[in-house]
Amino acid sequence: MVKVFEKPKALTDKPFHYCPGCTHGIIHRLVAEAIDELDIQQKTIGVAPVGCAVFAYDYFNCDMMEAAHGRAPAVATGIKRVHPDKVVFTYQGDGDLASIGAAEIVHAATRGEKITTIFVNNAIYGMTGGQMAPTTLVGQVTATSPYGRQPEIAGYPIRISEMLSTIEGAAYIARVSVHDIKHLMQAKKAIKKAFEIQIKGKGFSIVEVLSTCPTNWGLTPIEALNWLKENMIPYYPLGVKKDIDGGGE
Amino acid sequence: MAEKVLMKGNEAIGEAAIQAGCKYFFGYPITPQNEIPAYMAKKLPKVGGCFVQAESEIAAINMVYGAAGAGARVMTSSSSPGISLKQEGISYIAGAELPCLVVNIVRGGPGLGGIQPAQSDYFQATRGGGHGDYRMVVLAPSTVQEAVDLVMDGFDIADMYRNPVLLLGDGMLGQMMEPVEFKERKPRQLPEKTWAATGWKGDRPRSVINSLFIDPAELERHNIKLQAKYDTIEKEEVRYEAYNTEGAQVIIASYGTTSRIVKNVIDDAAREGIKIGLIRPITLWPFPKEIFAKVVGQQTVKAVLAVEMSLGQMVDDVRLAVNGQKPVYFYGRTGGMVPRPDDILRQVKMILGGEA
Repeated sequence: MVKVFEKPKALTDKPFHYCPGCTHGIIHRLVAEAIDELDIQQKTIGVAPVGCAVFAYDYFNCDMMEAAHGRAPAVATGIKRVHPDKVVFTYQGDGDLASIGAAEIVHAATRGEKITTIFVNNAIYGMTGGQMAPTTLVGQVTATSPYGRQPEIAGYPIRISEMLSTIEGAAYIARVSVHDIKHLMQAKKAIKKAFEIQIKGKGFSIVEVLSTCPTNWGLTPIEALNWLKENMIPYYPLGVKKDIDGGGE
Repeated sequence: MAEKVLMKGNEAIGEAAIQAGCKYFFGYPITPQNEIPAYMAKKLPKVGGCFVQAESEIAAINMVYGAAGAGARVMTSSSSPGISLKQEGISYIAGAELPCLVVNIVRGGPGLGGIQPAQSDYFQATRGGGHGDYRMVVLAPSTVQEAVDLVMDGFDIADMYRNPVLLLGDGMLGQMMEPVEFKERKPRQLPEKTWAATGWKGDRPRSVINSLFIDPAELERHNIKLQAKYDTIEKEEVRYEAYNTEGAQVIIASYGTTSRIVKNVIDDAAREGIKIGLIRPITLWPFPKEIFAKVVGQQTVKAVLAVEMSLGQMVDDVRLAVNGQKPVYFYGRTGGMVPRPDDILRQVKMILGGEA
C-alpha cells in the first residue's frame, strides 16, 4: 500500500484546540509542510503570539518561544541575531501584529530582519471573545463595535501588506487566502517562498493569510469561507505585493 | 589585564560586560545612560557580537528575551522611564527563567522627571516592577570599580539561577570618571544551557521558552519552583559592606553613590566625637537583613538612619530588618538633589539630642 497523505513532521501529535471551522489548523499545516519540504525542521525556531495561536508552541515540532502580545518580531530579532544560520519565524494574528505589535513588525521590516512572519488576518480578536481589530471591516459587528465598525469613531481597516511593501528592508510580501483549494495551494507556495527568501538572506518576508473566525463572526464554517471571499478579498486584494527576488507568482 | 585605566562609569559598565563575554546588546537612547549603548555599538561588532538599536525599550527587552532564550549572554541598559517600559518584558523573562543583565542608570521621577541622579526606583527594582510573583537580583554599586565587578558577577548570577539581574546605578555613577581595573576573575561553575532554543535535532527535549501555564495547578507549581530558587538566592547571594559599625551610636543605612557621602559624614562626625557606622547593602534584593539585626542589637546603638536620594523607599526594608529593635529615622533628597554631608550630620545630632 502506498501512503498518499500524512501529518507533516513539523507538527506534533497534539490535537489542535481551535474552534470547528477555524482556518488556523490549515495554516499551521501549510507552514509545517513548507518546513518539511525545505528540510529545515532541525534549524527552525518559531515564535508564538498572544491570541488564538498562543499554543502554537505545542503544535510546531521545532524549538519555540512564546512572546508577549505583539512582541514576536522583536523576540525573533533577538533569536536571529544570535543564530544567523537558523530559520526564525513568527506566527501572529491581526490583533497581535496590526494593533499592539504594529511598531515591532514595521521596524523588523525596516531593519530587514531575516525572519519570516506568518500573519493570520481574520478581521477580529478571537481569543478574547470577538472584539474589533484594526483589520475589522467597515460595518462589521463585533463585541466592541456593536453597531458595526464606524469609520468616524474607529477609522478604517489597516492594510498591513501594502503598508509594509513601502519599506526597503522588506524582501517578500504576499497576501493569500485559504477559503478554497486553489487559494490554499497559492498560500502554500507563498509561505514556502517566504522561507526561501529568508534562507537566501534576502531580508524580511511576510505572508498575510486571510482567515476565518466562524465562532466570533457568528457563521457556520461554510458561511465563513464565503464571507471571507465576498467581504475580505475585495478590501484586502490578494497577490504578491513585493518580491525583490523577482518573478512574482 | 590588571592595569588601571581612567573610565567613565557608563563606558566601564560596557567594557565589563564585554569582558564578561556578553556579545549582544539591545537598547534605546535615554539620558543619562547613552554612553553604554554607544560603547557597545562601537565595540561589539569587533568581538563578533551584535548591537541593535531597537525601536523602543519595549522592543529592546523583547530582543533580550529572544537572545537569552536562544542561549546568549545578553544585556540591555536604560534609565528610569525606559526601565518602566521594560517591565513587561522583565516579567516574561523572570517567568520563562531566562538569564540577562539589565542596567538602570536611575534619574529622578515620577513621569518624565529629570535627568539628574536619583534613587527613587528602589521600590520598582526590589518589588518586581512588572506583574506577577517574581524577584530580580538587584546589585547596587557605589563606585565605578564596583560597577565593573558587579557587572561581571551579575552575568554569572543570572546564568547560575536562570534569572534576570538588575544593576541599579544612578546618573552620578554613570557620568563620573574613576580609575578601574578589569581583574582576572575566578569563573563560577555554571550550568550548561541545555534548555536554550537553538534548533532541535532530537537529541534533547524540544525547547519551549514560555511563561504561560493555563492550568492553575501547574502555574502554582511553577511559582513554587521559582520561590524555591529565590529562597536559595536569599541564602547564597546576600552582599553588603559594614563599615565602622562596632560601638557605633547611630547606624546609617545607605547604598550606591549616597553611601560615599555618608562615609565623609562618618569622618566628620568622628572629629566631633560622634561614632557613626554604615551598613551599605550591595544586594538590594536579596536585602542583607541579618547584618542589620546583628549590628543594631549592640548596646551602643541608639538609632538607625536611612539616607537615600528618594523620599523614603529602602527605609521600609531597613525597618523590616531592624524589626523594632531601635528607632529608624529617614533623611533624603530627591528630584536630582543630592544629600549634603552637613545636613546628614545635623540629622544624626538631632537624633542623638532627642530632637528628631
